[in-house]
Amino acid sequence: MNHDAYPDNYIRGILNSVKSIAMVGASPVNVRPSYFAFKYLAQRGYDMIPVNPGHVGKELLGKPFVASLSDIGRPVDMIDIFRNSSHIMPVVEEALTLDPLPKVIWMQLGARDDAAAAKAESVGIKVVMNRCPKIEYGRLSSEISWMGVNSRTLSSKRAPVPTQGMRLSLNRMSVGGGDTAASDRAAKNKTEQG
Amino acid sequence: MSDRLPGFSTLAVHAGAQPDPTTGARATPIYQTTSFVFNDADHAASLFGLQAFGNIYTRIGNPTNAVLEERVAALEGGTAALAVASGHAAQVVVLQQLLQPGDEFIAARKLYGGSINQFTHAFKSFGWNVVWADPDDISSFERAVTPRTKAIFIESTATPAGSITDIEAISTVARKAGVPLIVDNTLASPYLIRPIDHGADIVVHSLTKFLGGHGNSLGGIIVDAGTFDWSTGGKYPMLSEPRPEYHGIRLQETFGNFAFAIACRVLGLRDLGPALSPFNAFMILTGIETLPLRMQRHCDNAKAVAEYLAGHPAVASVSYAGLPSDKYNQLARKYAPKGAGAVFTFSLKGGYDAGVSLVSKLQLFSPLANVGDTRSLVIHPASTTHSQLDDAAKVKSGAGPDVVRLSVGIEDKEDLIADLEQALGA
Repeated sequence: MNHDAYPDNYIRGILNSVKSIAMVGASPVNVRPSYFAFKYLAQRGYDMIPVNPGHVGKELLGKPFVASLSDIGRPVDMIDIFRNSSHIMPVVEEALTLDPLPKVIWMQLGARDDAAAAKAESVGIKVVMNRCPKIEYGRLSSEISWMGVNSRTLSSKRAPVPTQGMRLSLNRMSVGGGDTAASDRAAKNKTEQG
Repeated sequence: MSDRLPGFSTLAVHAGAQPDPTTGARATPIYQTTSFVFNDADHAASLFGLQAFGNIYTRIGNPTNAVLEERVAALEGGTAALAVASGHAAQVVVLQQLLQPGDEFIAARKLYGGSINQFTHAFKSFGWNVVWADPDDISSFERAVTPRTKAIFIESTATPAGSITDIEAISTVARKAGVPLIVDNTLASPYLIRPIDHGADIVVHSLTKFLGGHGNSLGGIIVDAGTFDWSTGGKYPMLSEPRPEYHGIRLQETFGNFAFAIACRVLGLRDLGPALSPFNAFMILTGIETLPLRMQRHCDNAKAVAEYLAGHPAVASVSYAGLPSDKYNQLARKYAPKGAGAVFTFSLKGGYDAGVSLVSKLQLFSPLANVGDTRSLVIHPASTTHSQLDDAAKVKSGAGPDVVRLSVGIEDKEDLIADLEQALGA
């Protein structure tokens, strides 16, 4: 898998198929990006599990925190990692001990660890790096267009009115004319330098 | 789903717009409302906290404007955009995110006269100090860089003479200096030049010109290329540091490669206030649907008119990058192969008086201070758009006393040439 730029169909396939998402590094602080993403994904119908050893005994939007992936005690489809690149590998290694294995490991905006990705992919797990599932869901459904963001999709069908708890269609036509090849290139350069 | 990727003309018609969820209206509705209701207290809090996608108040965002924003972002190949009340407002909002009082930005000396005034006087009063460089001498940009430099600003196709800027060369200077390159792409439009493909980090437009295209609505827009890393060295605290306006959100960390567009919206537009009317957004959107058709006709007509003028005995010289003899022709072939735009200047052997006489005799060309209308326009820059510059600055920016500027419209070119013929000949 080339991790410099993902085809929309790859991201679409993941977001359409996973049901449960364990978020490692989920924060109860409501200005942190992980809180934004947790709340949004829960509202769009995903079964969200907050993982953060510092908050065990508390809840995040009604969901009890667990200390680690192995404490979840039930299968999860996707692990969403809100940690810096340097802290990715131990999380991936722990994920690889789960039975059954998760189907997807997702690393947040700014996070990229190619060695950890290769390890997960070698056992058939799909990997996404340096992306946010909230942004990608908003983009492919075009809900993010409210903020003037280029969804890079088109549709001539009547749009659904987004309401709370509703899953949105992600099956719009993808657009090449407004791709973000330039920003993907910039992100890659940054990772290589950093 | 098809693998076929749509082209520029398809995006010009479709990007950002789909049938209205409630009514099925196919044209983008004009959401002429100041405010939008919240579902409940949590929804309101989520919107104000930037946690949810949605609308609050038209000074922050509006569904009609959002269609315009996504469309221009798609046409420019950017990650996001923000529409504002005018091209001037776009420049204020962009620089507010980048500069603190006492900082500097480097600007190409050849700019729209209104921008030269804005940078020299209005921005100076904010403590944003412009340092001028010569777009025909790339090393002058390198020499202008100091530790206080926060951005470089150029026009892709520069007013008044329609000269072409070497965007890639200047983007190399910007990258080396660690500052973003801002390109005003008003005169070219993304149909002719896409500055992001050549290294621009931010693109601004006066939508009033070719994008709107009909001379009926003011507007401006900021496009985020998503290419600049705002986190290095704490140079751009509006993007990299916790913002007290939003309880400590860090915009780059939260919004990634469209953080600059979000900063312009929630720190710029929200607090400075130059919102675009949804009605104007609708008019401009309608214009953009025919941008590829209009722009090609503008260019074809401009080339025919420039060739005619170049052969006329009363004309001393023509500055149009589309002419093979022009000093910018090589850059035009590289950056704008479909056409060199429709705004250019020529000078008359008869000097100032001949210019005044020509403008007064023209019947189809309208004497006014705009460009990028369907109609052909004419102006004498020295006495109008550039009149507030001193004489030396007028000549330096290509607006000497003998210079006449045309913005060639989409009429029949034979009629435009006949109009010039009668006005020059009599």
